[in-house]
Amino acid sequence: MSEESNIDIYRRRFLSGTATAAAGLAVAPGVLLTEVAHAKPADQAVTSDVRWGMLIDTSKCDNGCDDCVTACNEEHNLEGFGRPTTDAQWIRTVTLKDKQTGNVQTLPMLCQHCEHPPCVDVCPTGASFKREDGIVLVDKHICIGCRYCMMACPYKARSFVHEKLHDQMPYSPRGKGTVESCTFCVHRVDEGMSPACVEACSAEDHHAMTFGDMNDPDSELSQQLKQYSSRQIRADLELNTGVRYRGI
Amino acid sequence: MKELVFKEIDGGKPFYMLLAFMGLFVLTALGAAWYMEHNGHWVTGMNNQIVWGTPHVFAVFLIIAASGALNVASISSVFQKTAYKPLARLSGLLAIALLVGGLAVLVLDLGRPDRLIIAMTYYNFKSIFAWNIMLYTGFMAVVGVYLWMMMERKMNGFTKAAGTAAFIWRLILTTGTGSIFGFIVARQFYDSALYAPMFIIMSFSFGLAIFILVLMAIYSGTGRPLGDAILFRLKNLLGVFIAAVLLMVTIFFLTGLYATEHHDVVAFILNGNNIYTKLFWVVQIIMGSLAPLALLYNPVTGTSRAWIAIASILVILGGLAQIYVIIIGGQAFPLVMFPGMEVSSSFTDGVIASYGPSLPEFLLGFSGIAIALIIVTLALKVLQFAPNSLADADVDPHYAAAK
Repeated sequence: MSEESNIDIYRRRFLSGTATAAAGLAVAPGVLLTEVAHAKPADQAVTSDVRWGMLIDTSKCDNGCDDCVTACNEEHNLEGFGRPTTDAQWIRTVTLKDKQTGNVQTLPMLCQHCEHPPCVDVCPTGASFKREDGIVLVDKHICIGCRYCMMACPYKARSFVHEKLHDQMPYSPRGKGTVESCTFCVHRVDEGMSPACVEACSAEDHHAMTFGDMNDPDSELSQQLKQYSSRQIRADLELNTGVRYRGI
Repeated sequence: MKELVFKEIDGGKPFYMLLAFMGLFVLTALGAAWYMEHNGHWVTGMNNQIVWGTPHVFAVFLIIAASGALNVASISSVFQKTAYKPLARLSGLLAIALLVGGLAVLVLDLGRPDRLIIAMTYYNFKSIFAWNIMLYTGFMAVVGVYLWMMMERKMNGFTKAAGTAAFIWRLILTTGTGSIFGFIVARQFYDSALYAPMFIIMSFSFGLAIFILVLMAIYSGTGRPLGDAILFRLKNLLGVFIAAVLLMVTIFFLTGLYATEHHDVVAFILNGNNIYTKLFWVVQIIMGSLAPLALLYNPVTGTSRAWIAIASILVILGGLAQIYVIIIGGQAFPLVMFPGMEVSSSFTDGVIASYGPSLPEFLLGFSGIAIALIIVTLALKVLQFAPNSLADADVDPHYAAAK
């Protein structure tokens, strides 16, 4: 057997080991995992039969709660350097106050995983790409750090890695001088789990975030999207976002 | 007209002093780039809100000016104005040099400049950046061929064809540069098709201002005669270009003032309590446009070489301010995701982003100019780019006779 395929086997074992450990940790406190359909075998390519999406019910977002943000930072080890303008933020809570009525809301803002992502359009090398299942990612190996995607993103969802990183998570590679953003926890989704933020929100019994397959009419996400009116942020751009909001 | 004699410049002490001085700039810039890459970009003024900083201002300015510097050659070869023929070689050389300077700054400011080879080998053909990479490299090749046609006697017959190709290429190139901003739908200050034609007009003005200064420097530095005829033609043309830029800027802001959607961002630039408003009115409009217009067309200052040089410098400073306002000011204005709402977050949503340029960024930016000047100086030394004399009697006997 060639050395290369040996490495492949080691890598697969390592990844499945990590995933099992993560799953074990998640289930241990008695948290019921939101069931995500279409977990696929590791050797099977992703297809466009699935489109991963999310519905965020802002009426269930507690003012001051940032469990989703904390969960994301821990999952991907987004360490802060105490420099808010250059530290990476993959998900953030945004507070909105209606200028006319004074009504105040908070909501989590993250990569909207657009069907027509402007970041992918503008990327000169193709490092910004969209998987067949709708997840928008950055290939850290061919990102040259030009930051044009950050100029083009209407949601300010992307961060540039401004300094040297330590203790990275093997399933979530990052690199100084490259751009990054929410991955929809693709490493978890491929294992049949929900993103860390969704799980944290459910664990606190808020259930403000629902993750699932927008193409499967029977998924909980599709059912909710069908039942309740929801909107896309900057719908005028017609990007057909994968993240939808209720209550704004 | 006498036959033109092109000759290399002499390489005396001043020549090497100039090279050493410019080389020093390049060395400090390399140090600055290393410092930024080694520590990460947090040591610069840039952040996750202002992702393109001062190096981009210099780079975009130089790239725009590069295509504009070619205009003098185009007027000669494409539009057959013989008075400009003696300047055509220098015009092509300056165009390539400025582009190389601008691109060097752009590349050294990348998050991963070591991956330049990836930028050259992985293409996303929907990306306007990728188109620009091809437009830039193509420009150097096309202008290189054009120079060859001009400088090789046997190939002179192809000058017009090559010049026309270069002229068309440069128009497309500046369209591409402008569209980097014009195609950004997400941001209030961009997303306008006007950026392409505005950048073309800006290139005419910035490129010519630099050309006039370089021309004057070469001829006074080498003691070769430079007549009024050619210089006054150039300065009058510069005045026309300055006025054209003003027109484009006026139209740009008028369209913004008309639509309610754009009121906030236009007010932010034109009437804000910020550096961008000051740069716009004081440096770009008054110092960089109105003052040089007055200087160039005033009968006293318009015939003084010193004032023509000052006017050209003012145009360059105004141009840098204009690009600063477009690039940094355009990013500083917050994204409008929730119209009608006051937005706040830990990620500076809803607030004007702050940006203070850092020394390494300035050093890197300046090196673009230094690189361009080194290329021009070296090329003048080894190849025949500059005519021995640009005295009125040599380039425009009618003007000389009428004087």
